[in-house]
Amino acid sequence: MPLTLLINGTEHKVDVPADTKLLYVLRDNLGLTGTKYGCGEGMCGACTVLLDGKPARSCQASLSVVAGKKITTIEGLEQNGRLHPVQEAFLKTEAFQCAYCASGMIMAVVGLLSKNPQPSDEQIINAMDGNVCRCGTHPRIIEAVRQAASAKKI
Amino acid sequence: MSITTEDPNRELISEEQQHESVPRASYGFELHRRDFFKLLGGGMLVCACAGPVLAQESGARRRNGDDEDLPQNISAWLHIAEDGKVTVYTGKVEVGQNIRTSLTQQVAEELRAPFDSIQLVMGDTALTPYDMGTFGSRTTPTMGPQLRMVSAAARENLINLAAKKWNADPASLTALNGIITDSHSKQSISYGELTKGQQLVQLIGDDPELEPPEQWRIAGTSVPKVDGRAFVTGKHKYTSDLSLTGMVYGKVVRPTAFRSTLKSVDSSEAEKIPGVTVVHDGNFVGVTAPDTTTALKAAKAVRADWTAPQQTSEATLFQDIRKPATTETDNPGGPPRFTTGSVEQGFASADKTLTQTYTISYIQHVPLEPRAAVAQWEDGKLTVWTGTQRPFAVRDELAETFRIPKDKVRVMMPDTGAAYGGKHTGECAIEAARLAKAAGKPVKLVWTREEEFTWAYFRPSGAIDVKSGVSKDGKIVAWEFHNYNSGPSGLRPVYAFANQHIEFHPTDPPLRQGSYRGLAAPANHFAREVHMDELAQLVNIEPFEFRMKNLTDPRARAVLQAAAKTFGWGEQKSSPTRGFGLAIGFEKGSYVATCVEVQISGRDVQVKRVAEAFECGAVVNPNGLQNQVAGAIMMGLGGALFEIIHFDNGKILNPHLAEYRVPRFSDMPRIDVAILDRKDIAPAGAGETPIMALAPAISNAIFAATGIRLRSLPMVPDGLQKANAAS
Repeated sequence: MPLTLLINGTEHKVDVPADTKLLYVLRDNLGLTGTKYGCGEGMCGACTVLLDGKPARSCQASLSVVAGKKITTIEGLEQNGRLHPVQEAFLKTEAFQCAYCASGMIMAVVGLLSKNPQPSDEQIINAMDGNVCRCGTHPRIIEAVRQAASAKKI
Repeated sequence: MSITTEDPNRELISEEQQHESVPRASYGFELHRRDFFKLLGGGMLVCACAGPVLAQESGARRRNGDDEDLPQNISAWLHIAEDGKVTVYTGKVEVGQNIRTSLTQQVAEELRAPFDSIQLVMGDTALTPYDMGTFGSRTTPTMGPQLRMVSAAARENLINLAAKKWNADPASLTALNGIITDSHSKQSISYGELTKGQQLVQLIGDDPELEPPEQWRIAGTSVPKVDGRAFVTGKHKYTSDLSLTGMVYGKVVRPTAFRSTLKSVDSSEAEKIPGVTVVHDGNFVGVTAPDTTTALKAAKAVRADWTAPQQTSEATLFQDIRKPATTETDNPGGPPRFTTGSVEQGFASADKTLTQTYTISYIQHVPLEPRAAVAQWEDGKLTVWTGTQRPFAVRDELAETFRIPKDKVRVMMPDTGAAYGGKHTGECAIEAARLAKAAGKPVKLVWTREEEFTWAYFRPSGAIDVKSGVSKDGKIVAWEFHNYNSGPSGLRPVYAFANQHIEFHPTDPPLRQGSYRGLAAPANHFAREVHMDELAQLVNIEPFEFRMKNLTDPRARAVLQAAAKTFGWGEQKSSPTRGFGLAIGFEKGSYVATCVEVQISGRDVQVKRVAEAFECGAVVNPNGLQNQVAGAIMMGLGGALFEIIHFDNGKILNPHLAEYRVPRFSDMPRIDVAILDRKDIAPAGAGETPIMALAPAISNAIFAATGIRLRSLPMVPDGLQKANAAS
């Protein structure tokens, strides 16, 4: 099924089976492998992207739903070689070990802060609870969100 | 006093054998010095040998009149290129434990070269020296010193080269930041300039003098993780992200139960799908397709008929694993057991005795990146990229499976999305290679989460019987400890028990089981440290004091005191809704003590606060270590509280994240980590021990609040209830 997707500000024409989920188009067809497969069931958040600015599980997202929406992936955050404040905060706090969850975590945080620029710890935990980190870097991720929030305030 | 087993490595070796990870013999390198320089360009090559440097001295490897063979016992090598870039080759691999950074720091320290000028090539069977694998917390204590030695030797060599060049006294030269300077003449030269146009080779044994940790400038500091930026931008290529020209996507058709035999296959529907290849070979059925979605569809369209034998189920697990193994282990002298003093006499002198049983359920590693492999055949040669802790073992598995020589197989290990002991084996690599052979194209195979939950191996279940005797003043006078199935790691107590008998009993396990962070040590620590708490209660002595009474090891006493201080142990009393517990552990050269506060609200148990003290000798990277320790605590919450694999008659009943609960943000306690940096003690590994004291500390805290003694892991998979408590 040929269709056009708007990803990170660029239009991509793809021709894939109609029931393909966004995750596989990103990874297999467009080489945007920063978005990860973790469970394929929407339970781990490794595949999180932004759809019109809102965090969404790309492993669950049908192409018919995402066509026409602004899709942002981890590759779309860096602007002219400058990291997004959330990426900066993750890097600075070293909020990762194997880092396989990092893309999905960062996208979830970007989505959270765009809606709620100064979240409380409780709001951060609620927003991030669907994202799994198996290495256990949770305390650092919370710290990264706090730092990114205060960086944005300035 | 008699001690029947003294080799501290024995538990580890035995554990490896139990888990089908028998160390394989090193293969003879065929690398010649000219091949090396063809590959690397000119410069200087320094090789570290595990043991004596034999080949060149004795000429033992001379063949065909060629005296330029390198010895077989090389464990690491380091190359300094003409542009000053340093490349270090090690068979160890990075799975998130941060050794790429900590090893680079140690090279930078001894070589006195800029951190950024050093690159590590890791886990590539064509380029790096043989390595048994990355497990058992052994990278820091074994590979660290080897890389430090090779780097120190390279630095000495460079100084001597400069001395010769300037006709100066080597003692007047200093090396810093990749530059050698003569303090008298003030002239200086970079490492790259010094080695330009040369092909220098040096072999070293284990004699170069190393910088003592007190004087470290780069090691011992919190250098940020190598390639951190690639991880936060999504640019790092994990195995599952790799793509080769013409590559297709694989999917294996799985049986409905373990130990199945394939009766018949009808693949006609799958083969009608454009671009699909179906592979049927023995008990293996799989497909390849142009994309992941089509591969999944094609695998579903294959009609495979399996038969499986009747298999034991979870309901009888803790009886089944008490049956002795029917197969012999390779372990000379049988399974590990230790005896000191006389347990009989100890019990005879005891004021009180206690007998209890503790159980540990099967759990999964759940690495967020599932097993993945990309396989390519070219002219009879097989190349596989895969996420594994043991690239050389996977290479050997591939060579055996496809009946080709090992030198026709190359395994490469991109820095991988975690393992936790779960990626020792090569099944995904083998499957990808089989599919690639049939497809005639490179194949990428990424296991689904359901496959990962089902067809990977599990952390062993266990039943542990403890019988002890204690004097009324709190001295443990008899200790008998029997571990069934879960494993021998961490069997030995950190306490100085005069009379003890400890034994591991292997069985024929109902599920495929293998290594997990800390192997059996978390299970053995759980039983031991909950039992210690029960004894403390029996003789009415405060749990901290009770442990101190039985601890003589000063390092153990120091971590327990540090954890208590960090936590504020004893400052508050437990209440029915709030409990405090502690536990201590020792394993693989490092010490841990953990204090826990739990909050009880009806059936809900929340770990509110954890303070952990950890000591692993001299710290190589404090920030990385803090991350490891806090991470082990977060991960340990799962196995302690709610992670459990349910199985019935050869089937896993909960192979999805929706049914298998892992720790999440809402489970996160406040975590305070106290690192004791002992610069006078050689660094030990830190990936495993920090997980070991958490579960017993939680159990002890729940008891302190509620009086309910939880002796089974996980403790509260369905919330707190009286029924959880083993009687």
